[in-house]
Amino acid sequence: MSILVFVECADGSIKKSSREAVSYAAEAGNLLGDHEVIAVVLGKYPEEELESLGSNGASKVILVDDERLNENQIRVYSDILSELVQSQAASLVVMSKSSFSDNVGGRIAGKTGASIVSNVTSLPDVSSGFSVNKSIFTGKAFATVSMSGDKKILLVKRNIVEIKESSDKALIEKRAVPDGCVFSEKITGKSKAEGDVLLDDAEIVVSGGRGLRGPENWGIIEDLARALGAAKGCSKPVSDLEWRPHHEHVGQTGVKVSPNLYIAIGISGAIQHLAGVNSSKVLVAINKDPDAPFFKAADYGIVGDAFEIVPRLTKKVKSL
Amino acid sequence: MSTIIICKFIFPTEMKILVCITHVPDTTSKISFSEHNTKFDESGVQFIIGPYDDYALARAVELKESLGCTVTVLHVGEANSEPTIRKALAIGADDAIRINANPTDSMYVAKQIASVAKNGGYDLILTGRESIDYNSGVVHGIVGSLLDIPSVSPVMQLDIENNTAKLVREIEGGKEHLEMELPLVAGCQEPIAEWKIPNMRGIMTARSKPLQVVEPVDFTPGSETVSYENPPEKGSVKLIDPENAEELIDLLRNEAKVL
Repeated sequence: MSILVFVECADGSIKKSSREAVSYAAEAGNLLGDHEVIAVVLGKYPEEELESLGSNGASKVILVDDERLNENQIRVYSDILSELVQSQAASLVVMSKSSFSDNVGGRIAGKTGASIVSNVTSLPDVSSGFSVNKSIFTGKAFATVSMSGDKKILLVKRNIVEIKESSDKALIEKRAVPDGCVFSEKITGKSKAEGDVLLDDAEIVVSGGRGLRGPENWGIIEDLARALGAAKGCSKPVSDLEWRPHHEHVGQTGVKVSPNLYIAIGISGAIQHLAGVNSSKVLVAINKDPDAPFFKAADYGIVGDAFEIVPRLTKKVKSL
Repeated sequence: MSTIIICKFIFPTEMKILVCITHVPDTTSKISFSEHNTKFDESGVQFIIGPYDDYALARAVELKESLGCTVTVLHVGEANSEPTIRKALAIGADDAIRINANPTDSMYVAKQIASVAKNGGYDLILTGRESIDYNSGVVHGIVGSLLDIPSVSPVMQLDIENNTAKLVREIEGGKEHLEMELPLVAGCQEPIAEWKIPNMRGIMTARSKPLQVVEPVDFTPGSETVSYENPPEKGSVKLIDPENAEELIDLLRNEAKVL
């Protein structure tokens, strides 16, 4: 039996979230016993990079090294993975939860008849049957879900397991795109912020809200984010006002994040914003309003002027 | 009249859109559970059309106004969801289908949607990118694969030209423009359209629009919620004197150990 892990790459490297998914699969494999962890990579990428998935717990990488797959092709990705579920006798498919993997996981479930649970926040409990915990109501609650059937798909959230590190290398087995795959998505243009840390891959997120008073003041957010190696986020009003692009919107109707550290600057902390960040390990609020609801959710807080405080924090971080 | 003529010219048979909506607690709801944490406590909870589904519906109604297509709303749920369905009709959908079931997982919902869509001849099936109660975000993909047609999410812009959808999807760190042939399933999010508030005329006409109730197809879900829990209470915030703001960094390194 095997566990398949759908591994995503960004800018030629394996995403941290995918290394975590491989580590999750390895731990799940130990619990289930006698399961080989196979990572699946779609697209052309450097082989040394892919071999390193062995250190995270994969024994083999199945690589479909076709350049057409370096673009997001939901239907082809799903068809290839569905075929591998059958041919590799996979009982479990693991992928890191993202708005892209949602598409792929859903289609594999439809095609293979596997049961699927999204937003998983625990390793499987296999003491009687198979169950996992998942986040629901955008992090306002959790559910324990029991799963049946001989094939299961888990879309797992960040920060459930530590990324495993060892000197092991995975074997690479190359495949071609199977006949009959339909490339449904004709990509005609792309706009992407280069060099930014991706929100769902970030260990640290620095977010700004309306308290910053305008897009021209975002320099202090950018400086702190750069110093910390953090991704940048923003509140819904900021994205609605087009001060910042929509993909930075963190909250109930935006990106949900679960980094180690979330720093909210000039964000009051509406329930919808907190819903998107409340599974972060440590929350920090910086706001001049001592009654801002964010202080009720935060672990650390500073009541004061962001324009004065944030540059001092950046300076301190740089001095370390 | 002229719009209709142009539309008939472009679409020999009028385009049909199916919008799948959820009936979910308002985003400000307090989430609690009853019956020893095995049931969501609905008391005092206001139910709404899922915010993402509401964007999908608004875009469908805009396409209806510009292209002259028909818009059918579909919901998988019990009779208490009918006010939510009527609201969708008031916003501008032409008719509605309610599959009379209490769904327990994504696959169950998708099977029901696919069973209606299979023989419905829909060119476009819209859903929200995810429901805001169970947040799974996989229904659009399952429906697409059950019907063996393409699916895509999260979609931020959607236009139809001839038989092609021109759309923008959000990707990590940006967005991508793409073209896909119809039929298609799309999971929607803002800013695909502005939410529409039903007007008095819409509310009046919604009462007489057809709402068909159909029984579900038989399917045993592969996952089942056993119990619920609320997250542990947060301890109180540790406030740092703004005069010594730098101390925050030390605490994050040495106490919280996240730096």
